[in-house]
Formats: sequence, C-alpha cells, structure tokens
Amino acid sequence: MNSKIDHKQYKKENREIVFSPVLLEKAKRIIARYPGGKEKSALLPLLHIAQEEFDGYLSVDVMDYIAQLLNIQPIEVYEVATFYSQYYLEPVGKYVIEVCHTGPCAICGGEKISEYLQKKLGIKNGETTIDKLFTLKEVECLGACGYAPVMQVNTEFYENLDEKKIDNILEDLRQKANVNKANESKWAEKFF
Amino acid sequence: MGRKILLEHIDLPGIRTFDVYRQSGGYSAAEKALKSMTPDEIVNEVKVSGLRGRGGAGFPTGMKWSFMDKKSGLPRYLICNADESEPGTFKDRFLMDKIPHLLIEGLIISSFALGVNTTYIYVRGEFKYIIGILNQAIREAKEKGFLGKNILNTGFNLEIHVHSGAGAYICGEETAQIESLEGKRGNPRLKPPFPAVKGLYGCPTVVNNVETLAAVVPIINMGGTGYAAFGVGKSTGTKLISACGNINKPGVYEIELGLPVEEFIYSEEYCGGIKNGKKLKAVIPGGSSVPILPAKLMITIESGEPRLMSYESLAKGGFESGTMLGSGGFIVYDEDACIVRNTWNLTRFYHHESCGQCSPCREGTGWMEKVLYRIEHGQGRQKDIELLVSIANKIEGNTICPLGDAAAWPVASAIRHFRHEFEFHVENPEIVKKIYHGNIE
Repeated sequence: MNSKIDHKQYKKENREIVFSPVLLEKAKRIIARYPGGKEKSALLPLLHIAQEEFDGYLSVDVMDYIAQLLNIQPIEVYEVATFYSQYYLEPVGKYVIEVCHTGPCAICGGEKISEYLQKKLGIKNGETTIDKLFTLKEVECLGACGYAPVMQVNTEFYENLDEKKIDNILEDLRQKANVNKANESKWAEKFF
Repeated sequence: MGRKILLEHIDLPGIRTFDVYRQSGGYSAAEKALKSMTPDEIVNEVKVSGLRGRGGAGFPTGMKWSFMDKKSGLPRYLICNADESEPGTFKDRFLMDKIPHLLIEGLIISSFALGVNTTYIYVRGEFKYIIGILNQAIREAKEKGFLGKNILNTGFNLEIHVHSGAGAYICGEETAQIESLEGKRGNPRLKPPFPAVKGLYGCPTVVNNVETLAAVVPIINMGGTGYAAFGVGKSTGTKLISACGNINKPGVYEIELGLPVEEFIYSEEYCGGIKNGKKLKAVIPGGSSVPILPAKLMITIESGEPRLMSYESLAKGGFESGTMLGSGGFIVYDEDACIVRNTWNLTRFYHHESCGQCSPCREGTGWMEKVLYRIEHGQGRQKDIELLVSIANKIEGNTICPLGDAAAWPVASAIRHFRHEFEFHVENPEIVKKIYHGNIE
C-alpha cells in the first residue's frame, strides 16, 4: 500500500483543478448510483477519473477538489488514496507499466520480464524515464495467472510476455505517444 | 468429455451480446423465475441444489440467502464480488469477459429472490475493460426490458451498477468490500453482526462471488435437484478451475466436481500434463491461500485412493495431508520449482496486502517475509524454520478476517511437506547464493 503523501506535490503548477462540464456530468451520474446521503460511495470511481484527468496522479489539491465535490472532509479522501495501490501520489509517466511478480507469474518468468524492462528502459522498479514516458512498477497479482507472465500498461493487459514482445510493445507505445492528444479517448469516458 | 453447465455456449461467436445469448436460450431462467416462481421458491431451489460459494469459502449459498433479514423494513442489497485477486485465480474475469449476460441474468434472479432493488458489482480496479463489458451488457438488458422498472411486467424493479475497486486484495473479503463500496479504506469489520443483518449502509446485504451468482441460472433452468445430480456428495454441480503454472494448457476449465485430480492435470481435455516433459512436484489447488501439497498427496489420499476435485476429497487428511478447493485457482509446480522461493514470494504478497488492522497479521506477515527472504538468500539460520512455524501459528485464528489464516497456511504447509528444502537452504548458504531464479550459475 502507498504510505505517504508528499507535500511537495501539494499543488500542480499552472493547472486549474476543476472537472470539465462533461466530466462533471459524468461525476453526477456516478454519484446518482448510490442512495441519497451516501455520496461518499462514489469516492473510488471519482478518484480514478480525477487521476486520469489530472496528469496521472493525485496531488493534494486534486484530492481536496474531490472532497469538495462529494461534500466530505479532505482527510476522508487522503486515507482512501493512501490505502489503494492504484492511486499514485507522485507524478508518473504517460504509460505506467505494472509487471506482475507474484507466485504464478514468477514461476513462469515474471521476474526476468521485470529485469528486462528495467534494462530496456534504464530505470529501476518504481522509477520514471527522463522523457516522462514510462513508469515501471512491480505489482502483486493482476488476476491473469493463466497467461503468465503478464503486465498491465494503464488499462491494457499484455499477456504471455517474452523479450521480443516487450520490444514491440514499447515501440508501439512510443509511437502512440506522438499521436495527437485530441484523438485519444480516455478510459473513464469509455468504460464508466 | 465433461458436461458444461456454465460455459456450455462459451464458443458461440458473439455470445457476449444480448442477442446471441438470448438465442442460445439465455434469459429463459430469468423469465421462469420472475413470472412463475416466488422468491422463497427460488431460495429453496438454490438450497436443494447444494450450491456452495465459489469464491473460496464454500459456504452453502441457499443458507446464506436465508439469513437475509427481510423484516427490518430497510432496503436490502446484493453485492456481486468481482474483486478476483487471489493469486492463481482468473475464472471470474474469464466469465465476465466472455459471457457477461450469464452473470447479469444470475443477478436478476438472485436479486428477485432476495427482495433487492439495487445491486452492485464490485470489480477489481485492474479490470477496467471488464467494467466496459459489464456496462454494455447492462445497457442491452435494460433496453430489452430485463432491467429497470417493472421488469417483464412483473412489477419487479432492479438497477445494477458497476463499482470499481482500486487495487487491494483485502476488498475481496465481504465486509472489507462493503467498507470499500461505502468509499472507505478496505478494513474488514468484526462479525457479528453479519452482512445479512447489517451490511452496506447498515442494511441487510448479501455478498456472493461472480461464479456463484452465475450458477443460479442453470439451477433455475434444471431445478435444484437437476443441478445436484451433477458432482459428488456435498460437492454438487460444476466448478470453474483456473489452471496455471508449469502446465501445457493453462486456462479456465469447467469441471464436474468429483473429477480425479490426476485426470485434471494429465488429460488433454484439461491441463495437458506438465510442461517440457518435467515431473510434477507440487500443487496449490485452490488459490495461493490454501495449503500446498506434494505430488503424491495431491494425486492420492493417504489411504491410496485417488484424490478428487471436490470440497471433501481435497480436504481429506485435514491440514496434515489435505488442502482445500478454495477458489479453484490451481497452481502447478514442476520439479524445478523452489518451494522456499515460492513461499517467500507468496508471503511478500500477503504482507503487501495486509490492511494493517490486526497486529498478528500486520506484523506477522512482515516478519515471515523477512525470515523467508533471508533463508532464500542464503542468510538463514537453523532456528528460523521453527520461528516461521511459530509466527504462522500465532497469526492463524487471531485476526478479524481470514487474511491472517491465508498468510499462515502457505508457510505452515510448505514447511510441513518440504522441510528438507528449507533445511537445505539453511545448511548450504554458499550454494543457495549462487542460485538465480531456480538455476545454479
């Protein structure tokens, strides 16, 4: 679990923390799924959306904004954001690569995949590349053990990995990163 | 070839869509249940079927449903537990991905039986694409009049909402899941009160696994007695087994309970034998939390009879020589697997996933991880082995939720059956230090 909030990341420079009218509408629809007075139930989904919207991580001012949106105390947001491993409290790369290194993946070569990624990207577990494209994280079971070794890049699963596949995936992602941002659909819009 | 009940139509092109699912006979159980059965009759059929919770605990589903407090006057909730996170388990993801309407139909029948008008599917945060698939299925079912207000003109109303977790194994535990759904940290609650009396928002709530709720569909179609004709003894029906590790054909298989373990591992219909012609060393048959068994005890019970894939047969011999069916996460290890390294790995997982509420689990999982790390890395001491047994014993049974037990059992069973490997590590640090991912350099 994440354990600390880095107060250096309190504010995002030159970034106004407010949902667009479209996202605000989405947030309202999510909140409406829960009974009146139980709006706090929408916290986890809203944090996912906020994280994707505001550069991939939850700074304190983003969390404060969500608290305000749900009419709850900021501490109620912080304690949740620090508990769940998918919320990032520090800046991450455009693509967060999560490599599974738990039991079933490990016996099928998951640890070697992680080592290869570290070598290929020139970073260690938990670090971000200088071009801010990739963050590498070794994570616990992704629930795809029959297709080991596996990794997840943002919301996409990549399975039965080997070194050649990784080379191709990284190359694809590098090219995708150059594509016009306006064409990118966000998963929150797609899935929620 | 074993008869399939849940995955009968899994290979039909387009089965993910409402139309194909409907053409293959889908939603006929929902029609039958809502139009011609009372809620109590449905609960009774589920009781007669002998269906047991498919998430891991194996508790009789009909009995769990009968605990639902229907007299309180409060709203009642059904939560579908799709927080599949037990290492080795990936069956629910498969089911939701391939045939989501089976789950939606199961939820409609179950909600009707329980007197529930709002149902949540709690999906683990990593399965975001599954959320998209489920939302699509819900939209389709609603368009066709199987969800929403006055379903099939019966006066029954139901909304199903998909809720996303955010990466926490503990939220698979039902009371932690309820906390999480309320927008809090996933700290399990003390029981009693049980969720059936005081669950989500303090209201009566039933939490069931994806596969359990999907199994309600065939139970209504063929009747509780018809379903109970499958399987063996108190292990009725079929079970999804997710097979992984060092086997030729990893994947999700529907088996009739009672299938011999040996057949499951070696037949071409299932795992297809051990990869690269190696020998079988050990199996964890029910997700990483259940005891590991060496090959011999896995294939035959101590008296020499073949061991079967059923709740009772897998448990035969207790913790001395048996294990559990658990979630059906079937992890196979070949002769090259290092049991010490694997045990360290799994313990790291439990340490990472402990919510931190109870000291025995919060501290104990960390201690076990450290001790196992040093044994695995050639710094172990002889007394470390007893130390591990002692810590595991002190965690087991002393925590609010079963995560403590789940962390203790893999360690205790690994030492019980593979003590010689731990001793080898401690006695031969120079050799152990040269081993890298199972190969001596």
